[in-house]
Formats: sequence, C-alpha cells, structure tokens
Amino acid sequence: MKLLRIAMFVLAVLLGGCKPSGPQTLKPAAYGTQIVEVSGGKQWAQVGSALPQPVVLQVNSADGNPVTGALVVFHGNGLEFNPPQTLTDSSGQVTVSVQLGFNPGDFQVIAETPKSGGGNATVNLREIALGYEQAVGKAVNDKYCIRCHDPESTPERVSNHDNLSPAPHQFTDGATLNRISDADLTNMIAHGGPALGKSPQMPAYAATLKPAEIKAVLSYIRSIADPPYQAPGVKYGK
Amino acid sequence: MDDNNKPGPLRSRPTMRELVYFCVISLVLLVSLAIAPAKNYFSEWRHYQKSYLAIAGQRQSGTLVRSFQGGLHQTWIAKLGVVDRCESCHVNLSGALVGASEQPFRKHPPMPHKLDEFGCVICHRGQGPATSVKEAHYTTEAWEQPLLPARFLESGCGQCHLGPLQGAPRLNEGRSLLSSMGCVHCHTVAQPDGNVLKPDDNPPPLTHIAEKTSREWIYAWIKNPQLYAGSATMPNFQLNDQDAADISAFLIAQSSASPASGTETKTVATAAPSANASIEAATLYGASFCSSCHAIQNEAGNLVGGNLGPELTRVGSKVNPDWLRRWLDNPSSYHPGTRMPHYRMDQKQVALLSGFLLAKKDNDYLANVHLAPASADSIARGKKLVAETGCAACHQINGVNPPQNFAPDLTLVGSRALAQVVFAPGMKHNLPDYIAAKIHDPRSFGPGLKMPKFALGDSQVDELTTALLAQTDRAAGFPKELIISGGRTTNYHPGGKAGRLMEDLRCLSCHAINGNGGDMAPDLTWEGSAVQHTWLEDFLKNPNTLRPALIRRMPKFNLTPDEIKTVTDYITSAYQSPALDLQPLDPHVLNADAAGRGKQLFYSKYGCQSCHIADYKNDKGYVGPALTSVGNRLTPEWTYNWLKEPNAFRPATLMPNFSLKDDEARDLTAFLMTLKAKQGGGK
Repeated sequence: MKLLRIAMFVLAVLLGGCKPSGPQTLKPAAYGTQIVEVSGGKQWAQVGSALPQPVVLQVNSADGNPVTGALVVFHGNGLEFNPPQTLTDSSGQVTVSVQLGFNPGDFQVIAETPKSGGGNATVNLREIALGYEQAVGKAVNDKYCIRCHDPESTPERVSNHDNLSPAPHQFTDGATLNRISDADLTNMIAHGGPALGKSPQMPAYAATLKPAEIKAVLSYIRSIADPPYQAPGVKYGK
Repeated sequence: MDDNNKPGPLRSRPTMRELVYFCVISLVLLVSLAIAPAKNYFSEWRHYQKSYLAIAGQRQSGTLVRSFQGGLHQTWIAKLGVVDRCESCHVNLSGALVGASEQPFRKHPPMPHKLDEFGCVICHRGQGPATSVKEAHYTTEAWEQPLLPARFLESGCGQCHLGPLQGAPRLNEGRSLLSSMGCVHCHTVAQPDGNVLKPDDNPPPLTHIAEKTSREWIYAWIKNPQLYAGSATMPNFQLNDQDAADISAFLIAQSSASPASGTETKTVATAAPSANASIEAATLYGASFCSSCHAIQNEAGNLVGGNLGPELTRVGSKVNPDWLRRWLDNPSSYHPGTRMPHYRMDQKQVALLSGFLLAKKDNDYLANVHLAPASADSIARGKKLVAETGCAACHQINGVNPPQNFAPDLTLVGSRALAQVVFAPGMKHNLPDYIAAKIHDPRSFGPGLKMPKFALGDSQVDELTTALLAQTDRAAGFPKELIISGGRTTNYHPGGKAGRLMEDLRCLSCHAINGNGGDMAPDLTWEGSAVQHTWLEDFLKNPNTLRPALIRRMPKFNLTPDEIKTVTDYITSAYQSPALDLQPLDPHVLNADAAGRGKQLFYSKYGCQSCHIADYKNDKGYVGPALTSVGNRLTPEWTYNWLKEPNAFRPATLMPNFSLKDDEARDLTAFLMTLKAKQGGGK
C-alpha cells in the first residue's frame, strides 16, 4: 500500500512537472479588478445542448473602464466552454459558448480573471438545463401559455400579455410563483384562475391537457423561476 | 542383504528444494483460485454499493439500508434485446435516497417510460451487460458502443416514435430538416413501419431555366448559393470556376421553351415611374402577403418573411424581367409543381409588382462574373458534371435522368458498425461524432466525395444527427405494437371544377384539407360545417383578417363572382363534419334570454375576452379570431359543437376545452350569434 502511494506520488510529481507542455495557459496582457456579465446569464436549453446565446462578459479596471487583453478562465461543474479561456478583446469583452451537462437543473458558470496584485475576480452566472419533463412543459408553454404569459412578441406570435388586466405573471417571476405551492399551481392550470379566487381570464386546461402535461408545465415553471425555486423538504449536503 | 544397498523405494523424505517448489506452486494455485472471488469482491459495482450503503447509513435511513439488496442487478427484456446491469452501480435511480447529487447515485429525472419495461441502453446506448465503468460507458477494444452524449438522447425516442413527439424537439426538428433540406432526395431514410421520408423543399425544375435567368447568375449561384441568399437551402458543391462555367453552359443549352413563353406580356405603359408608383408597388407587395412565403432582408440585415418560397433580397439580379412578368401572371405555366398561387393580377399589378421586385437588386453581385462563350466541349463536359454531381436528384433537367441510389441508404445508419466506418484523421471514433462531422463538412473526409456542404448551424447539425441516430437496426426488430407511426400526409386533392380552381389557387400550400396541405393557415377539413355561405363568399371577395395581430394572412386573389361561387359552393357542401349531426342544436333555444346568460358566461365566468374580441371598444384579446361579426360568420351548430370540444374538430387549436355543460354552450352560442357587427372593425 505504501509502495503504491509512493508510486502515485512520484507519478503526480512527474505529471505536475509535465504540465507546462500540456494545456497552455494564456498569458494575460493586462489585468482588471472586476468582471461583470454583459449578457448570457439565466438562459435555458435542453440538457447536453449549447445555450442559445453565447455568454458575454466584460473585465473592468478599478476606475470602471474595460480592460483589453485580460485573461478570463471559465469553469463550471458539468459544463463545456468554447474556448475554455481567452483574452478580452478591444472592448474589454469575452464571448464564450456554453454547452450544458447531462442533468436537468441549474448549472453555474464561473468566470475568473486574475487581478494584478494576485488573487482573482470572479463572476457567477446561472444557466438552466431542461430535462425531458421540462421539455414537454416548454412545448406546452410554447403552444398555449406563452401567448399571454410572455410579453415578448415574434412575427409568428403576437403577445397578448399587455392587453390583459390583471397582467399574467411571467413564468420567470419566481418572487411570486415560488410562494404558490405545487398543488395550488396545478389547480389553477387545471381549473382556471377562479379555482383560487384569481382572474377568470386564466382558462381551465383540465380537459385540454393531460395530467402529465400539467405536471410538466409546473416542472418547467419551477425550473426557470428567478430567483430559483427551492422545493420544500429536508435538504442534504452532497 | 544386497537388497539393503539398493536405492530406497519411493518412500524417501523430499528434499528442501522440492518442498519449496511445492509450497510456491500451492501458493500460486491458491492465489490464482482466489483471483476470481477477489476480483468480484473488489469490483467497482460492489464498491459503489458499499458507498451507497455508507451514505444511507449516515443519513440514518435504516429502512433504506435494510431493504437494500446487494449483488449484480440485471434487467432482461427479451423482446427488446435488452440486458442491462446499469442498476448495479446506479442503485438510486428511483431517488429513494433523497438528495444524492453525485453519480452514480443521482436520481433519474422524470421520464415517460418505466425502467423495468425498457431498460437503460435503449435510450442511452452504452454496453448494458458490462460491469465496469469503463466498459459500460466508453469505447474499449471489445465494446464499441459508448454512452450517447446527452444532446443526442432524443434519438432513443425516435426509434419507436416515428412522428413528431412532444418533449423531443430536437428529434422533431432533425426529422423535418431531413425533408426540408432535401437530404432525402439522395438518401433513402425508411422508418420501421415502412414509411419513407419524403422531401418537402420543392426544388424548381431547370428545364426552362434560360427563360428565367442568365448563365452568369447560374454560375455565381452554383458556386455559392448562400452568397446570393443567406437562407438558401441549396448546398455548396464547392465547384471550381471551370466546372461551374461548364455546368452553367450546359444548363442554358438544355433549356427548352416553356408553355408560358408564348404568352406575350405587355410592359404596360404605366405613368412615368413616380414616387407614388413605388409606394403603390410596396403596398401591393404587402397586400398580396408575399411576405407570408418570401423573405426579404431589411436594412438591419434581418430576414423578414416566410420561407415557403425563395428569398427575394436580390431577386432583381437573378431574374429576366419578361420571365418575372409571366411568372407573376401565372406561375404554374412555368413550374407546374410550384406552391405559389395563381394570383390573377391584372397587367398593371403585374407591372407594378415586377418593377418593385426587379429593383431588389445587388449591382455588385454579378459584376465580376465574366464567362467565355459556351463551346460544344464545355456543354458536353457540363452535362457529364451534372450527371456526376447528381443535380437531377433534386432538379428536373432535360436529357439527364434522376440518378437511382445516388447516395448511401441511411435507414440503419444509427447502428452502423464502427468497423465499417472510415473516420477522418484526428476525429473521435464514435458514431455520433462521425455522423455530425459528415453532415457538418462532408468533404473533410476526402476531397473527392460527392456530398455537398449544407449551410447548417451547429444546433441543426446536432438535430439532424439525433434524427439519424434514431435509425437503428434494434428498432427494426422491435415488436410491432411498440412502433408509433407518425401522422402521414394523405394525397387528398379536391376534385372537379372547384378542385381545379383550388389547385390553381394553391389552397393546399397553406391550408390542410383531409390530411394534406400546409400548416400556415387554418385546417379546412370541416370548413363547410363551420362557416356561413354568404360570409365565405364575402371573405373570398375580400379576405379581411379575423386575426388582427397576425402578419401572415390570406391574400386577395381577384376571383370572378363565378369562381367565388364555385369555390364557396364546393367548400360549404363538401367539407362537412359528421360530428355535428350527433349533437344537433335546436335553433329555437337561441333567444334573447339565452344570449343574456351567454354574455355573462363570456365575460365573467370564462373570461373569453382575454383571447377574443367581441366588442372592439372594450375587449383586447388578440390570441383567437375576432368575434365581432361571428354571428354572420359561423353556423350556430358549429359554434355550439366547437365550444363543447374544440380539439375534436381541430386537434392543433389553441382554444382550450372548457368542458362546458350543454346549456352553457347553448347560451354562449346564443350570445355569439347576436354579434353581427359590420366586418372590418367598428360597431
């Protein structure tokens, strides 16, 4: 056993010694003091697929000006980045495409940039992976719910959100929807707004959607909620 | 006693050396006997089961620990050919141990099938019977089926679900790309139920191409179609200058006169082009709803419009003005299979619209194309190239027959043995990466390959790969009851005089009838039951929209009163739903009292005004059609039956089924039938 440990130690030292010839670390040409998100946080895509939009970040100096040539390194459990590290461009920004991992739920993008005095400035972004159930929910959402619950319009689909009073809640509105229990939300989808004393403008979908579809919509709503939804119950560490 | 001197018989003490040999051999034997049980004892799955029990013990889940059954867990499903031992390590797929977030103990996310009915490898691939992490998940020397990356996972669904499937958007998109990008012109893709995917990109015939465009344009186009129109689906064949020049020479040379070429188009002497004329032309382009099918790039560089027809951003650099006028006059005399309707425009409209389109010109596009005059040699060489390149697989060309079995059959491509696959240098040896690379850049496998490069984004490549990975030989052997066929299009076409007229108007390009047709506009299968005769006549005369927020709308076809009557009579009598007879409605119950109750239901109980407009002054619902004059539009029987179960008549409708009681549906019908505002808004 001891021999094995020694062997492993030697191997580790050897590998460590080899490192400079392995993956090249880019040399930063400049250093910033903070890194901020420009765009690309809180997106969702199906498990294993790339986010629809790249993540764009900016490195700033102490006086708030963008820094060109600062090194930004990305990591995140289960995520793949292309490129995994890069230098900021002439406007102090980096653009990275992110591919989500295998499991539905939240992923954290962590971007680090070294500071001149040592240490790193970091920024964390939340990205959301949709599994099978959430994908079904999204399909139902895209057909039925989105017309009123999403204020964004496209040429094929004009949003009805702003015509309604009271305005429907967006599904990302975690502050409101996280407070409503699964049972109540299911009830509202199945039996309409009046089932919980809300507006009759929310129709009942019990005869249109299958119970599994309603459950899927609920799962979709919970997964894209911002702030994130915490299911009630006991929490365990890893 | 001579005998005493003889060497002793067998009984003698073994020497030390013999003893040592014996010990070593016994030890070796013992050890070698112990290898098997030790391997078993130190196996990875046993290690994982122990860690699982340790975590469960820490959480003090006595029940979990007690109910745990150790050992190899095997799922054997003979009819699917599944032997899975994945659950030997993935012991927590059911999620009994709450909150275990690290593999192999993570809970399986919700899925539509039971594990013990389908197993794991049907969807995830990998080696089911393997009992080590490496052999189960990765390619090793003996096993060639690695785990499928998550982004291709929906290919598992596609083995049994042969049509569009909710919750598998990538698979659906991939399959529709196989048709819309024209892959299945050259490749055969047959599904386990015998359905063969058909192309739906409608490539134009090239038999009269010389009337339509110039040799220079053909040359530039075939060199790089996306340079002319970013949205073009025609792939890039990466032709060199000489080949492109020869092919264009041949295509012009093979062109014959179209039936349309005889018709004289008068360049109507419209008043001198004025500012008014250009506004008028743009208005005509808008009012004809050309943009429902054709896109034009706007100043910001965004494409505006549909993709049923070709992009028109630079159409002025492409088409011959005479051809364009004849085309606008009657498209099907040039291309009998076109999806473009016969608009019945008058000469002035044709002149206006053709002028508008010809101005969509990019003067730089052909500026640098200078071709030597076509020689007989060049034409002959062009013909040979056209045959070799397979142009006739998609396009009709005089003198070149469509090639048969031009490209590999992809019916079982999702289970192609890796031993048969020729990988490009430096690429990973697995099937998904191979298929994706082949779609992304076919020529990277060798410059002489025939397959052209398609203009596809990364996600489209993944979607196509997903659809192709679903084509497995495993699925071909599945029990028939597992296979769920997709809805197939019928080849319904309306018949008779009205049918010919409806063909001429290409109704089926946008509307579906009896399972055949497009999905841009409402399904007309039961339109005869739904609408009133007078309304339909008025609508065909002047199709004002029912959905004010929609951008894609029904164009106006300049029909004669006779034509309108023919189509209206046909639709109202032929497209009747038998379901209406089952729930007849007594017209006497539609009285003012009922209408009053219906109004209450409409506004208060069911909140219909959130999607519909019954009264332009107060209602703001822009999801469904406006109902301000629904009393003139729909028949009471249809309204009543529709309200009770909309999805029974049009499965794709957005209107929820409110499961109304009979009297509620009747009262609502009574109310709706009172809404008879003049069409076009206002009260």
